[in-house]
Amino acid sequence: MRLGPDELVFWQHGLVTLNGTIVFTWALMAVLVLGAILITRRLSTSHERSRWQNLLEIVVTGITQQIGEVGLKRPDRYLAFLGTLFLFVAAAALATVVPGYEPPTGSLSTTVALALCVFVAVPLFGIREQGLGGYLKSYLEPTWIMLPFNLISELSRTIALAVRLFGNMMSGAMIVGILLTITPFLFPVVMTLLGLLTGLVQAYIFSILAAVYLAAATRPAPSPGKPATPTP
Amino acid sequence: MDSLTLIATISIVIAGITTGFGTMGPALAEGRAVATALTALAQQPDASATITRTLFVGLAMIESTAIYCFVVSMILIFANPFWNAAVAQAAAAAGK
Repeated sequence: MRLGPDELVFWQHGLVTLNGTIVFTWALMAVLVLGAILITRRLSTSHERSRWQNLLEIVVTGITQQIGEVGLKRPDRYLAFLGTLFLFVAAAALATVVPGYEPPTGSLSTTVALALCVFVAVPLFGIREQGLGGYLKSYLEPTWIMLPFNLISELSRTIALAVRLFGNMMSGAMIVGILLTITPFLFPVVMTLLGLLTGLVQAYIFSILAAVYLAAATRPAPSPGKPATPTP
Repeated sequence: MDSLTLIATISIVIAGITTGFGTMGPALAEGRAVATALTALAQQPDASATITRTLFVGLAMIESTAIYCFVVSMILIFANPFWNAAVAQAAAAAGK
């Protein structure tokens, strides 16, 4: 039994291995980028517009609004990063309706890479918003005793982000695989539908958590009454 | 019982116990969280956007503990390091 798309090898030559994760990730990236290029080639500002432009506008304004509601002051600054995260994870989950496809997010390498992006982006955005000193000072909040715990939480939440997405996507594929051997006809279809739902929820959670972490890093100085940001 | 059988038995039993016990706590916690969120939604339908978002984030946090248990039991069943080491040792002993 394969644990994920990592062990699905398409082509191998010497040290270079072309496994399912790489192939499906690049296919998804090609679909997303080409789709975006094709749709945005003819944009119109009048009321006469294509239905695809409407779709993209709904997606982009929806993501911007969600980012703003989390507490980030200038959502357009974070739209590129958080929107890409959401769209990639959501597309990876939704594309499971295509036969023969396996979500690349079901591989720990992909989710660790995505979580590392968040891990790197949080200090970058934090330093850009409040300067190096201001960002480093946020580690000493509320007192300097909390410094090691803040550092640990920085690491543990990155691991949690990666393992949560990996576990959910992997368990979805695994449950369908196990059910196919037990109750082969109708029940796996229902579980696949449920997998689509959990995939979208996980994409939402991944990007919202990244937004929450960014909001915590870019907030100027936490007032005493404000509740702490959740750390898993 | 030789060591291979022992390792397999213990791994499978522990994998079951891990998922079984590991999902009990998160299940109770998620039930409580959803029940409280529903009460809040019934009292304040206007705040549904905020409540739902916070609920989802909180559920993800709670659920991740169950996911950790699931990942551990999957490792125990499908990618068990002790099993692999024992098999390699047995193969080396047979090859001598």
